[in-house]
Amino acid sequence: MSTELDAVLGQRWKKPPLIKRRWLRWTIGIGSLAYLVAAFMTIDVNWARVYEGLDRGAAFILAFTSPDFVSRASDIWEGLLESIIMTVAASVVGIAISIPIGLGAARNIAPLPIYLICRGIVAISRALQEIIVAILLVAIFGFGPLAGFLTLSFATIGFLSKLLAEDIESMDKVQAEAIKASGARWLQWINYGVQPQVMPRLVGLSMYRVDINFRESAILGLVGAGGIGATLNTAFDRYEYDTAAAILILIILIVMSLEYLSGIIRARVQ
Amino acid sequence: MPVYEKEGTKVWQRRTQAESLMRWAAWLTATAVFVYCWQQISEATTWFFVWDAPRIAEDIWTRATPPRWEYITQLGRPIWDTLNIATLGTLIALCFAVPVAFMAARNTTPSATFVRPIALLIIVSTRSINSLIWALLLIAVIGPGVLAGVVAIAIRSIGFCAKLIYEAIEEIDHTQVEAITATGASRWQVMAYGIVPQIAPAFAGVAVFRWDINIRESTVLGLVGAGGIGLQLSSSLNILAWPQVSLILLVILAAVVLSEWVSAKVREAII
Repeated sequence: MSTELDAVLGQRWKKPPLIKRRWLRWTIGIGSLAYLVAAFMTIDVNWARVYEGLDRGAAFILAFTSPDFVSRASDIWEGLLESIIMTVAASVVGIAISIPIGLGAARNIAPLPIYLICRGIVAISRALQEIIVAILLVAIFGFGPLAGFLTLSFATIGFLSKLLAEDIESMDKVQAEAIKASGARWLQWINYGVQPQVMPRLVGLSMYRVDINFRESAILGLVGAGGIGATLNTAFDRYEYDTAAAILILIILIVMSLEYLSGIIRARVQ
Repeated sequence: MPVYEKEGTKVWQRRTQAESLMRWAAWLTATAVFVYCWQQISEATTWFFVWDAPRIAEDIWTRATPPRWEYITQLGRPIWDTLNIATLGTLIALCFAVPVAFMAARNTTPSATFVRPIALLIIVSTRSINSLIWALLLIAVIGPGVLAGVVAIAIRSIGFCAKLIYEAIEEIDHTQVEAITATGASRWQVMAYGIVPQIAPAFAGVAVFRWDINIRESTVLGLVGAGGIGLQLSSSLNILAWPQVSLILLVILAAVVLSEWVSAKVREAII
Protein backbone atom coordinates (compact mmCIF):
# COMPACT_ATOMS: atom_id res chain seq x y z
CA MET A 1 0.00 0.00 0.00
CA SER A 2 2.76 2.42 0.97
CA THR A 3 4.71 1.84 -2.25
CA GLU A 4 1.57 2.70 -4.17
CA LEU A 5 1.27 5.87 -2.15
CA ASP A 6 4.95 6.76 -2.75
CA ALA A 7 4.43 6.46 -6.48
CA VAL A 8 1.50 8.83 -6.38
CA LEU A 9 2.89 11.40 -3.91
CA GLY A 10 4.10 14.67 -5.40
CA GLN A 11 2.41 13.97 -8.71
CA ARG A 12 -0.49 15.82 -10.18
CA TRP A 13 -3.84 14.10 -9.57
CA LYS A 14 -5.40 12.62 -12.64
CA LYS A 15 -8.95 11.43 -13.02
CA PRO A 16 -8.97 7.64 -12.91
CA PRO A 17 -10.04 6.18 -16.26
CA LEU A 18 -13.48 4.60 -16.60
CA ILE A 19 -12.08 1.24 -17.73
CA LYS A 20 -8.97 0.18 -15.82
CA ARG A 21 -7.44 -2.29 -18.27
CA ARG A 22 -5.62 -0.30 -20.94
CA TRP A 23 -5.95 -2.76 -23.84
CA LEU A 24 -9.70 -3.11 -23.20
CA ARG A 25 -10.07 0.67 -23.11
CA TRP A 26 -8.31 1.08 -26.44
CA THR A 27 -10.10 -1.84 -28.09
CA ILE A 28 -13.50 -0.56 -27.08
CA GLY A 29 -12.59 3.01 -28.10
CA ILE A 30 -11.21 2.09 -31.53
CA GLY A 31 -13.92 -0.48 -32.13
CA SER A 32 -16.74 1.95 -31.47
CA LEU A 33 -15.04 4.63 -33.59
CA ALA A 34 -14.72 2.19 -36.49
CA TYR A 35 -18.35 1.18 -36.07
CA LEU A 36 -19.50 4.80 -36.07
CA VAL A 37 -17.54 5.58 -39.24
CA ALA A 38 -18.94 2.48 -40.95
CA ALA A 39 -22.46 3.35 -39.82
CA PHE A 40 -22.22 6.92 -41.08
CA MET A 41 -20.76 5.76 -44.40
CA THR A 42 -23.61 3.36 -45.07
CA ILE A 43 -26.47 5.72 -44.34
CA ASP A 44 -27.34 7.16 -47.69
CA VAL A 45 -29.11 10.44 -47.20
CA ASN A 46 -30.73 12.35 -49.99
CA TRP A 47 -29.71 15.80 -48.75
CA ALA A 48 -31.60 17.60 -51.51
CA ARG A 49 -34.79 15.86 -50.35
CA VAL A 50 -34.02 16.76 -46.74
CA TYR A 51 -33.44 20.37 -47.67
CA GLU A 52 -36.70 20.43 -49.61
CA GLY A 53 -38.53 18.99 -46.64
CA LEU A 54 -37.30 21.57 -44.16
CA ASP A 55 -40.09 23.96 -45.20
CA ARG A 56 -42.62 21.26 -44.46
CA GLY A 57 -40.94 20.59 -41.11
CA ALA A 58 -41.24 24.27 -40.25
CA ALA A 59 -44.88 24.22 -41.38
CA PHE A 60 -45.51 21.28 -39.08
CA ILE A 61 -43.92 22.95 -36.08
CA LEU A 62 -45.93 26.09 -36.82
CA ALA A 63 -49.06 23.93 -36.98
CA PHE A 64 -48.65 23.19 -33.27
CA THR A 65 -49.32 26.85 -32.55
CA SER A 66 -52.63 26.70 -34.44
CA PRO A 67 -53.91 23.12 -34.18
CA ASP A 68 -57.15 22.46 -36.05
CA PHE A 69 -59.54 20.57 -33.79
CA VAL A 70 -62.65 21.60 -35.72
CA SER A 71 -62.63 20.63 -39.40
CA ARG A 72 -62.08 16.89 -38.77
CA ALA A 73 -63.70 16.93 -35.35
CA SER A 74 -65.96 13.90 -35.90
CA ASP A 75 -63.12 11.72 -37.27
CA ILE A 76 -60.82 12.69 -34.41
CA TRP A 77 -63.55 12.05 -31.85
CA GLU A 78 -64.46 8.65 -33.29
CA GLY A 79 -60.81 7.59 -33.49
CA LEU A 80 -60.02 8.71 -29.96
CA LEU A 81 -63.13 7.03 -28.58
CA GLU A 82 -62.19 3.79 -30.31
CA SER A 83 -58.64 4.03 -28.91
CA ILE A 84 -59.98 4.58 -25.40
CA ILE A 85 -62.48 1.73 -25.73
CA MET A 86 -59.75 -0.62 -26.93
CA THR A 87 -57.48 0.51 -24.09
CA VAL A 88 -60.11 -0.04 -21.38
CA ALA A 89 -61.34 -3.41 -22.66
CA ALA A 90 -57.82 -4.74 -23.36
CA SER A 91 -56.52 -3.57 -19.97
CA VAL A 92 -59.37 -5.25 -18.08
CA VAL A 93 -59.06 -8.53 -19.96
CA GLY A 94 -55.25 -8.43 -20.02
CA ILE A 95 -54.96 -7.79 -16.28
CA ALA A 96 -57.54 -10.48 -15.49
CA ILE A 97 -55.63 -13.07 -17.54
CA SER A 98 -52.18 -12.00 -16.39
CA ILE A 99 -52.94 -12.55 -12.69
CA PRO A 100 -53.27 -16.36 -12.95
CA ILE A 101 -50.35 -16.49 -15.40
CA GLY A 102 -48.30 -14.32 -13.06
CA LEU A 103 -49.09 -16.71 -10.19
CA GLY A 104 -48.08 -19.63 -12.39
CA ALA A 105 -44.84 -17.97 -13.44
CA ALA A 106 -43.65 -17.47 -9.84
CA ARG A 107 -41.30 -20.32 -8.96
CA ASN A 108 -42.04 -20.22 -5.23
CA ILE A 109 -45.74 -21.01 -5.54
CA ALA A 110 -46.10 -22.91 -8.83
CA PRO A 111 -44.97 -26.47 -9.60
CA LEU A 112 -42.33 -26.81 -12.32
CA PRO A 113 -44.52 -27.82 -15.34
CA ILE A 114 -46.96 -24.92 -14.78
CA TYR A 115 -44.03 -22.60 -14.18
CA LEU A 116 -42.44 -23.54 -17.51
CA ILE A 117 -45.71 -23.15 -19.46
CA CYS A 118 -46.44 -19.74 -17.93
CA ARG A 119 -42.87 -18.51 -18.45
CA GLY A 120 -43.14 -19.66 -22.07
CA ILE A 121 -46.32 -17.62 -22.58
CA VAL A 122 -44.63 -14.59 -21.00
CA ALA A 123 -41.53 -14.96 -23.18
CA ILE A 124 -43.53 -15.25 -26.41
CA SER A 125 -45.68 -12.27 -25.55
CA ARG A 126 -42.68 -10.12 -24.67
CA ALA A 127 -40.60 -11.04 -27.70
CA LEU A 128 -43.26 -10.07 -30.28
CA GLN A 129 -43.86 -6.36 -30.70
CA GLU A 130 -47.41 -5.08 -30.59
CA ILE A 131 -47.38 -3.96 -34.19
CA ILE A 132 -46.29 -7.34 -35.55
CA VAL A 133 -48.92 -9.14 -33.47
CA ALA A 134 -51.44 -6.61 -34.78
CA ILE A 135 -50.50 -7.33 -38.40
CA LEU A 136 -50.98 -11.06 -37.89
CA LEU A 137 -54.24 -10.64 -35.98
CA VAL A 138 -55.62 -8.27 -38.61
CA ALA A 139 -54.80 -10.88 -41.24
CA ILE A 140 -56.64 -13.49 -39.18
CA PHE A 141 -59.59 -11.58 -37.68
CA GLY A 142 -60.06 -8.83 -40.27
CA PHE A 143 -59.85 -5.06 -39.86
CA GLY A 144 -61.31 -3.35 -36.83
CA PRO A 145 -60.89 -2.80 -33.11
CA LEU A 146 -61.18 -6.51 -32.23
CA ALA A 147 -57.68 -7.14 -33.60
CA GLY A 148 -56.37 -4.15 -31.65
CA PHE A 149 -58.12 -5.30 -28.49
CA LEU A 150 -56.60 -8.77 -28.78
CA THR A 151 -53.14 -7.33 -29.52
CA LEU A 152 -53.18 -5.09 -26.48
CA SER A 153 -54.53 -7.85 -24.23
CA PHE A 154 -51.77 -10.17 -25.41
CA ALA A 155 -49.07 -7.55 -24.82
CA THR A 156 -50.48 -6.75 -21.37
CA ILE A 157 -50.17 -10.41 -20.35
CA GLY A 158 -46.44 -10.51 -21.11
CA PHE A 159 -45.68 -7.27 -19.32
CA LEU A 160 -47.83 -7.66 -16.22
CA SER A 161 -47.33 -11.40 -15.62
CA LYS A 162 -43.55 -11.07 -15.69
CA LEU A 163 -43.44 -8.18 -13.23
CA LEU A 164 -46.11 -9.75 -11.00
CA ALA A 165 -44.22 -13.04 -10.95
CA GLU A 166 -40.98 -11.28 -10.02
CA ASP A 167 -42.80 -9.45 -7.24
CA ILE A 168 -44.28 -12.68 -5.89
CA GLU A 169 -40.88 -14.37 -6.02
CA SER A 170 -39.35 -11.62 -3.89
CA MET A 171 -42.19 -11.51 -1.32
CA ASP A 172 -41.81 -12.06 2.39
CA LYS A 173 -42.11 -15.81 3.06
CA VAL A 174 -42.91 -15.45 6.76
CA GLN A 175 -46.38 -14.01 6.25
CA ALA A 176 -47.32 -16.61 3.67
CA GLU A 177 -46.10 -19.42 5.96
CA ALA A 178 -48.10 -18.05 8.87
CA ILE A 179 -51.28 -18.22 6.81
CA LYS A 180 -50.44 -21.74 5.68
CA ALA A 181 -49.78 -22.81 9.28
CA SER A 182 -53.29 -21.72 10.24
CA GLY A 183 -54.61 -24.45 7.93
CA ALA A 184 -55.65 -22.32 4.98
CA ARG A 185 -56.59 -23.89 1.69
CA TRP A 186 -54.58 -22.97 -1.43
CA LEU A 187 -56.96 -20.22 -2.53
CA GLN A 188 -57.13 -18.80 1.00
CA TRP A 189 -53.36 -18.91 1.19
CA ILE A 190 -53.08 -16.87 -2.03
CA ASN A 191 -55.83 -14.50 -0.91
CA TYR A 192 -54.51 -13.76 2.60
CA GLY A 193 -50.82 -14.63 2.42
CA VAL A 194 -49.70 -13.52 -1.03
CA GLN A 195 -52.20 -11.02 -2.40
CA PRO A 196 -51.87 -8.34 0.32
CA GLN A 197 -48.11 -8.27 -0.24
CA VAL A 198 -48.21 -7.75 -4.00
CA MET A 199 -51.42 -5.72 -4.28
CA PRO A 200 -49.91 -2.19 -4.14
CA ARG A 201 -47.40 -2.98 -6.84
CA LEU A 202 -50.01 -4.77 -8.94
CA VAL A 203 -52.26 -1.72 -8.87
CA GLY A 204 -49.35 0.57 -9.75
CA LEU A 205 -48.21 -1.64 -12.62
CA SER A 206 -51.76 -2.00 -13.92
CA MET A 207 -52.15 1.77 -14.06
CA TYR A 208 -48.82 2.03 -15.85
CA ARG A 209 -49.95 -0.61 -18.32
CA VAL A 210 -53.20 1.28 -19.02
CA ASP A 211 -51.02 4.25 -19.90
CA ILE A 212 -48.83 2.13 -22.23
CA ASN A 213 -51.90 0.52 -23.81
CA PHE A 214 -53.32 3.90 -24.71
CA ARG A 215 -50.04 4.98 -26.27
CA GLU A 216 -49.81 1.75 -28.25
CA SER A 217 -53.45 1.95 -29.33
CA ALA A 218 -52.52 5.16 -31.14
CA ILE A 219 -50.31 3.26 -33.60
CA LEU A 220 -52.39 0.13 -34.11
CA GLY A 221 -54.54 2.03 -36.60
CA LEU A 222 -51.55 2.16 -38.98
CA VAL A 223 -52.02 -1.53 -39.76
CA GLY A 224 -55.82 -1.45 -39.64
CA ALA A 225 -56.39 -2.56 -36.06
CA GLY A 226 -58.63 0.35 -35.10
CA GLY A 227 -58.07 3.50 -33.07
CA ILE A 228 -56.80 7.01 -33.69
CA GLY A 229 -53.79 5.82 -35.75
CA ALA A 230 -55.74 5.57 -38.99
CA THR A 231 -56.97 9.16 -38.68
CA LEU A 232 -53.47 10.35 -37.86
CA ASN A 233 -51.97 8.48 -40.79
CA THR A 234 -54.52 10.01 -43.16
CA ALA A 235 -53.79 13.47 -41.80
CA PHE A 236 -50.06 13.01 -42.47
CA ASP A 237 -50.67 11.58 -45.93
CA ARG A 238 -52.78 14.59 -46.89
CA TYR A 239 -50.27 17.01 -45.37
CA GLU A 240 -52.98 18.31 -43.03
CA TYR A 241 -50.46 19.23 -40.37
CA ASP A 242 -52.87 21.29 -38.30
CA THR A 243 -55.18 18.28 -37.85
CA ALA A 244 -52.21 16.00 -37.15
CA ALA A 245 -50.95 18.50 -34.56
CA ALA A 246 -54.39 18.54 -32.93
CA ILE A 247 -54.40 14.73 -32.68
CA LEU A 248 -50.86 14.65 -31.27
CA ILE A 249 -51.74 17.31 -28.69
CA LEU A 250 -54.80 15.30 -27.64
CA ILE A 251 -52.70 12.13 -27.30
CA ILE A 252 -50.11 13.98 -25.20
CA LEU A 253 -52.81 15.49 -22.99
CA ILE A 254 -54.50 12.13 -22.39
CA VAL A 255 -51.18 10.44 -21.62
CA MET A 256 -50.28 13.28 -19.22
CA SER A 257 -53.60 13.05 -17.39
CA LEU A 258 -53.30 9.25 -17.20
CA GLU A 259 -49.83 9.61 -15.71
CA TYR A 260 -51.11 12.16 -13.21
CA LEU A 261 -54.03 9.90 -12.29
CA SER A 262 -51.81 6.85 -11.89
CA GLY A 263 -49.49 8.93 -9.69
CA ILE A 264 -52.40 9.75 -7.37
CA ILE A 265 -53.65 6.16 -7.29
CA ARG A 266 -50.19 4.76 -6.65
CA ALA A 267 -49.62 7.24 -3.82
CA ARG A 268 -52.94 6.14 -2.26
CA VAL A 269 -52.40 2.39 -2.40
CA GLN A 270 -48.79 2.39 -1.26
CA MET B 1 -63.31 -0.58 13.10
CA PRO B 2 -66.93 -1.52 12.39
CA VAL B 3 -68.25 -3.89 15.05
CA TYR B 4 -71.96 -4.70 15.36
CA GLU B 5 -73.99 -6.21 18.17
CA LYS B 6 -75.96 -9.13 16.78
CA GLU B 7 -77.99 -11.22 19.18
CA GLY B 8 -75.69 -10.38 22.01
CA THR B 9 -72.44 -11.31 20.22
CA LYS B 10 -70.12 -8.81 18.60
CA VAL B 11 -69.64 -9.29 14.88
CA TRP B 12 -66.57 -7.85 13.23
CA GLN B 13 -66.69 -6.59 9.67
CA ARG B 14 -63.85 -5.36 7.49
CA ARG B 15 -65.64 -2.27 6.19
CA THR B 16 -68.38 0.07 7.37
CA GLN B 17 -71.66 0.00 5.51
CA ALA B 18 -70.86 3.25 3.66
CA GLU B 19 -67.50 1.88 2.57
CA SER B 20 -68.93 -1.34 1.21
CA LEU B 21 -71.63 0.61 -0.60
CA MET B 22 -68.96 2.81 -2.20
CA ARG B 23 -66.94 -0.19 -3.28
CA TRP B 24 -70.01 -1.87 -4.68
CA ALA B 25 -70.86 1.27 -6.69
CA ALA B 26 -67.28 1.49 -7.99
CA TRP B 27 -67.34 -2.14 -9.13
CA LEU B 28 -70.73 -1.61 -10.75
CA THR B 29 -69.48 1.43 -12.69
CA ALA B 30 -66.33 -0.38 -13.76
CA THR B 31 -68.32 -3.38 -14.98
CA ALA B 32 -70.75 -1.15 -16.83
CA VAL B 33 -67.88 0.69 -18.54
CA PHE B 34 -66.27 -2.58 -19.55
CA VAL B 35 -69.51 -3.99 -20.91
CA TYR B 36 -70.11 -0.79 -22.88
CA CYS B 37 -66.58 -0.96 -24.34
CA TRP B 38 -67.00 -4.59 -25.27
CA GLN B 39 -70.31 -3.82 -26.94
CA GLN B 40 -68.70 -1.07 -29.03
CA ILE B 41 -65.90 -3.39 -30.12
CA SER B 42 -68.35 -6.15 -30.94
CA GLU B 43 -70.49 -3.77 -32.99
CA ALA B 44 -67.47 -2.74 -35.08
CA THR B 45 -66.48 -6.35 -35.70
CA THR B 46 -67.57 -8.52 -38.59
CA TRP B 47 -68.22 -11.68 -36.59
CA PHE B 48 -68.34 -13.82 -39.70
CA PHE B 49 -64.60 -13.27 -40.14
CA VAL B 50 -63.97 -14.10 -36.49
CA TRP B 51 -65.79 -17.44 -36.70
CA ASP B 52 -63.76 -18.10 -39.82
CA ALA B 53 -60.51 -17.21 -38.03
CA PRO B 54 -59.23 -20.71 -37.15
CA ARG B 55 -59.41 -21.76 -40.80
CA ILE B 56 -57.62 -18.57 -41.92
CA ALA B 57 -54.97 -19.01 -39.25
CA GLU B 58 -54.36 -22.59 -40.36
CA ASP B 59 -54.22 -21.43 -43.97
CA ILE B 60 -51.62 -18.75 -43.18
CA TRP B 61 -49.63 -21.25 -41.16
CA THR B 62 -49.46 -23.74 -44.03
CA ARG B 63 -48.44 -20.94 -46.40
CA ALA B 64 -45.79 -19.60 -44.05
CA THR B 65 -44.05 -22.89 -43.28
CA PRO B 66 -41.37 -23.73 -44.03
CA PRO B 67 -39.63 -20.31 -44.10
CA ARG B 68 -37.78 -19.46 -47.31
CA TRP B 69 -34.27 -19.86 -45.90
CA GLU B 70 -32.39 -18.70 -49.00
CA TYR B 71 -34.02 -15.27 -48.65
CA ILE B 72 -31.70 -14.61 -45.72
CA THR B 73 -28.93 -13.52 -48.11
CA GLN B 74 -30.99 -10.44 -48.90
CA LEU B 75 -31.49 -9.56 -45.25
CA GLY B 76 -27.89 -8.65 -44.35
CA ARG B 77 -28.10 -5.02 -45.34
CA PRO B 78 -31.52 -4.41 -43.72
CA ILE B 79 -30.25 -5.86 -40.44
CA TRP B 80 -27.17 -3.63 -40.57
CA ASP B 81 -29.50 -0.66 -41.19
CA THR B 82 -31.69 -1.69 -38.26
CA LEU B 83 -28.67 -1.89 -35.98
CA ASN B 84 -27.51 1.54 -37.16
CA ILE B 85 -30.92 3.10 -36.62
CA ALA B 86 -31.03 1.82 -33.05
CA THR B 87 -27.44 2.68 -32.14
CA LEU B 88 -27.15 6.10 -33.77
CA GLY B 89 -30.64 6.99 -32.58
CA THR B 90 -29.70 6.10 -29.01
CA LEU B 91 -26.44 8.09 -29.19
CA ILE B 92 -28.16 11.19 -30.56
CA ALA B 93 -30.91 10.87 -27.97
CA LEU B 94 -28.37 10.68 -25.15
CA CYS B 95 -26.66 13.86 -26.38
CA PHE B 96 -29.96 15.71 -26.03
CA ALA B 97 -31.24 13.84 -22.98
CA VAL B 98 -28.35 14.81 -20.69
CA PRO B 99 -28.83 18.60 -20.85
CA VAL B 100 -32.62 18.16 -20.66
CA ALA B 101 -32.20 15.94 -17.60
CA PHE B 102 -29.96 18.50 -15.87
CA MET B 103 -32.54 21.18 -16.61
CA ALA B 104 -35.38 19.01 -15.31
CA ALA B 105 -33.79 17.81 -12.06
CA ARG B 106 -34.88 19.91 -9.10
CA ASN B 107 -31.37 20.17 -7.64
CA THR B 108 -29.52 21.18 -10.81
CA THR B 109 -32.04 23.18 -12.82
CA PRO B 110 -30.97 26.76 -13.58
CA SER B 111 -34.47 28.05 -12.92
CA ALA B 112 -37.30 26.05 -11.38
CA THR B 113 -40.00 28.42 -12.63
CA PHE B 114 -38.97 28.89 -16.26
CA VAL B 115 -36.55 26.20 -17.44
CA ARG B 116 -37.88 23.18 -15.52
CA PRO B 117 -41.42 23.23 -16.95
CA ILE B 118 -40.02 23.46 -20.48
CA ALA B 119 -37.71 20.51 -19.86
CA LEU B 120 -40.58 18.49 -18.37
CA LEU B 121 -42.75 19.36 -21.36
CA ILE B 122 -40.03 18.09 -23.73
CA ILE B 123 -39.81 14.88 -21.71
CA VAL B 124 -43.57 14.26 -21.66
CA SER B 125 -44.24 15.12 -25.30
CA THR B 126 -41.40 13.07 -26.77
CA ARG B 127 -42.23 10.15 -24.49
CA SER B 128 -45.98 10.00 -25.13
CA ILE B 129 -45.71 9.62 -28.89
CA ASN B 130 -44.64 6.30 -30.33
CA SER B 131 -41.58 6.14 -32.58
CA LEU B 132 -43.74 4.88 -35.46
CA ILE B 133 -45.71 8.13 -35.35
CA TRP B 134 -42.50 10.17 -35.22
CA ALA B 135 -41.30 8.15 -38.21
CA LEU B 136 -44.52 8.86 -40.13
CA LEU B 137 -44.07 12.54 -39.47
CA LEU B 138 -40.38 12.56 -40.38
CA ILE B 139 -41.01 10.66 -43.60
CA ALA B 140 -43.40 13.40 -44.63
CA VAL B 141 -40.74 15.98 -43.75
CA ILE B 142 -37.36 14.53 -44.77
CA GLY B 143 -38.38 11.69 -47.04
CA PRO B 144 -38.29 7.92 -46.53
CA GLY B 145 -35.04 6.24 -45.58
CA VAL B 146 -32.72 5.33 -42.76
CA LEU B 147 -32.23 8.95 -41.66
CA ALA B 148 -35.92 9.34 -40.83
CA GLY B 149 -35.68 6.19 -38.73
CA VAL B 150 -32.60 7.42 -36.86
CA VAL B 151 -34.22 10.77 -36.07
CA ALA B 152 -37.53 9.14 -35.07
CA ILE B 153 -35.78 6.78 -32.65
CA ALA B 154 -33.69 9.66 -31.32
CA ILE B 155 -36.70 11.89 -30.62
CA ARG B 156 -38.67 9.09 -29.00
CA SER B 157 -35.75 8.17 -26.75
CA ILE B 158 -34.99 11.69 -25.49
CA GLY B 159 -37.93 11.77 -23.10
CA PHE B 160 -37.38 8.24 -21.82
CA CYS B 161 -33.65 8.69 -21.16
CA ALA B 162 -34.03 12.20 -19.77
CA LYS B 163 -36.72 11.05 -17.34
CA LEU B 164 -34.65 8.21 -15.93
CA ILE B 165 -31.47 10.33 -15.80
CA TYR B 166 -33.14 13.26 -14.05
CA GLU B 167 -34.60 10.91 -11.45
CA ALA B 168 -31.07 9.60 -10.88
CA ILE B 169 -29.76 13.16 -10.55
CA GLU B 170 -32.42 14.00 -7.97
CA GLU B 171 -31.39 10.98 -5.90
CA ILE B 172 -27.67 11.79 -5.67
CA ASP B 173 -25.82 12.07 -2.39
CA HIS B 174 -25.65 15.77 -1.63
CA THR B 175 -22.63 15.64 0.68
CA GLN B 176 -20.27 14.85 -2.20
CA VAL B 177 -21.52 17.84 -4.14
CA GLU B 178 -21.02 20.04 -1.08
CA ALA B 179 -17.49 18.72 -0.60
CA ILE B 180 -16.56 19.63 -4.18
CA THR B 181 -18.24 23.03 -3.81
CA ALA B 182 -16.26 23.66 -0.60
CA THR B 183 -12.98 23.31 -2.50
CA GLY B 184 -13.98 26.36 -4.51
CA ALA B 185 -14.99 24.54 -7.68
CA SER B 186 -16.96 26.35 -10.34
CA ARG B 187 -20.45 25.28 -11.37
CA TRP B 188 -19.13 23.12 -14.21
CA GLN B 189 -16.44 21.55 -12.05
CA VAL B 190 -19.07 20.65 -9.44
CA MET B 191 -21.03 18.92 -12.18
CA ALA B 192 -18.02 17.09 -13.59
CA TYR B 193 -16.58 15.89 -10.26
CA GLY B 194 -19.55 15.96 -7.85
CA ILE B 195 -22.57 14.88 -9.90
CA VAL B 196 -21.41 13.04 -13.03
CA PRO B 197 -19.48 10.26 -11.22
CA GLN B 198 -22.57 9.57 -9.10
CA ILE B 199 -24.95 9.23 -12.04
CA ALA B 200 -22.52 7.50 -14.43
CA PRO B 201 -23.68 3.93 -13.62
CA ALA B 202 -27.33 4.93 -13.91
CA PHE B 203 -26.54 6.71 -17.17
CA ALA B 204 -24.81 3.68 -18.67
CA GLY B 205 -27.66 1.43 -17.52
CA VAL B 206 -30.25 3.72 -19.12
CA ALA B 207 -28.26 3.91 -22.35
CA VAL B 208 -28.01 0.14 -22.74
CA PHE B 209 -31.62 -0.42 -21.66
CA ARG B 210 -32.86 2.10 -24.22
CA TRP B 211 -30.61 0.63 -26.92
CA ASP B 212 -32.27 -2.73 -26.31
CA ILE B 213 -35.76 -1.21 -26.65
CA ASN B 214 -34.64 0.71 -29.74
CA ILE B 215 -33.51 -2.48 -31.49
CA ARG B 216 -37.05 -3.77 -30.99
CA GLU B 217 -38.62 -0.58 -32.24
CA SER B 218 -36.33 -0.14 -35.22
CA THR B 219 -37.21 -3.58 -36.55
CA VAL B 220 -40.75 -2.37 -37.26
CA LEU B 221 -39.99 1.22 -38.34
CA GLY B 222 -39.71 0.02 -41.94
CA LEU B 223 -43.45 -0.69 -41.97
CA VAL B 224 -44.01 3.02 -42.51
CA GLY B 225 -40.94 3.39 -44.77
CA ALA B 226 -38.21 4.43 -42.35
CA GLY B 227 -35.59 1.86 -43.31
CA GLY B 228 -34.40 -1.33 -41.66
CA ILE B 229 -35.74 -4.86 -41.81
CA GLY B 230 -39.34 -3.65 -41.49
CA LEU B 231 -39.17 -2.52 -45.13
CA GLN B 232 -38.61 -6.12 -46.23
CA LEU B 233 -41.39 -7.24 -43.91
CA SER B 234 -43.87 -4.79 -45.34
CA SER B 235 -42.98 -5.56 -48.96
CA SER B 236 -43.20 -9.31 -48.30
CA LEU B 237 -46.58 -8.80 -46.65
CA ASN B 238 -47.76 -6.72 -49.59
CA ILE B 239 -46.96 -9.47 -52.11
CA LEU B 240 -48.33 -12.10 -49.67
CA ALA B 241 -44.98 -13.93 -49.67
CA TRP B 242 -45.69 -15.71 -46.38
CA PRO B 243 -42.53 -17.91 -46.38
CA GLN B 244 -40.47 -14.70 -46.49
CA VAL B 245 -42.61 -13.13 -43.76
CA SER B 246 -42.02 -16.08 -41.46
CA LEU B 247 -38.27 -15.93 -42.07
CA ILE B 248 -38.19 -12.18 -41.35
CA LEU B 249 -40.19 -12.69 -38.15
CA LEU B 250 -37.71 -15.35 -37.05
CA VAL B 251 -34.80 -12.97 -37.77
CA ILE B 252 -36.51 -10.18 -35.82
CA LEU B 253 -37.14 -12.56 -32.93
CA ALA B 254 -33.47 -13.58 -32.94
CA ALA B 255 -32.37 -9.92 -33.02
CA VAL B 256 -34.63 -9.05 -30.10
CA VAL B 257 -33.48 -11.98 -27.98
CA LEU B 258 -29.82 -11.25 -28.83
CA SER B 259 -30.09 -7.55 -27.97
CA GLU B 260 -31.82 -8.37 -24.69
CA TRP B 261 -29.01 -10.78 -23.85
CA VAL B 262 -26.31 -8.20 -24.73
CA SER B 263 -28.01 -5.50 -22.71
CA ALA B 264 -28.44 -7.80 -19.69
CA LYS B 265 -24.73 -8.78 -19.85
CA VAL B 266 -23.54 -5.17 -20.19
CA ARG B 267 -25.77 -3.98 -17.36
CA GLU B 268 -24.48 -6.79 -15.17
CA ALA B 269 -20.92 -5.72 -15.93
CA ILE B 270 -21.58 -2.05 -15.17
CA ILE B 271 -23.80 -2.17 -12.11
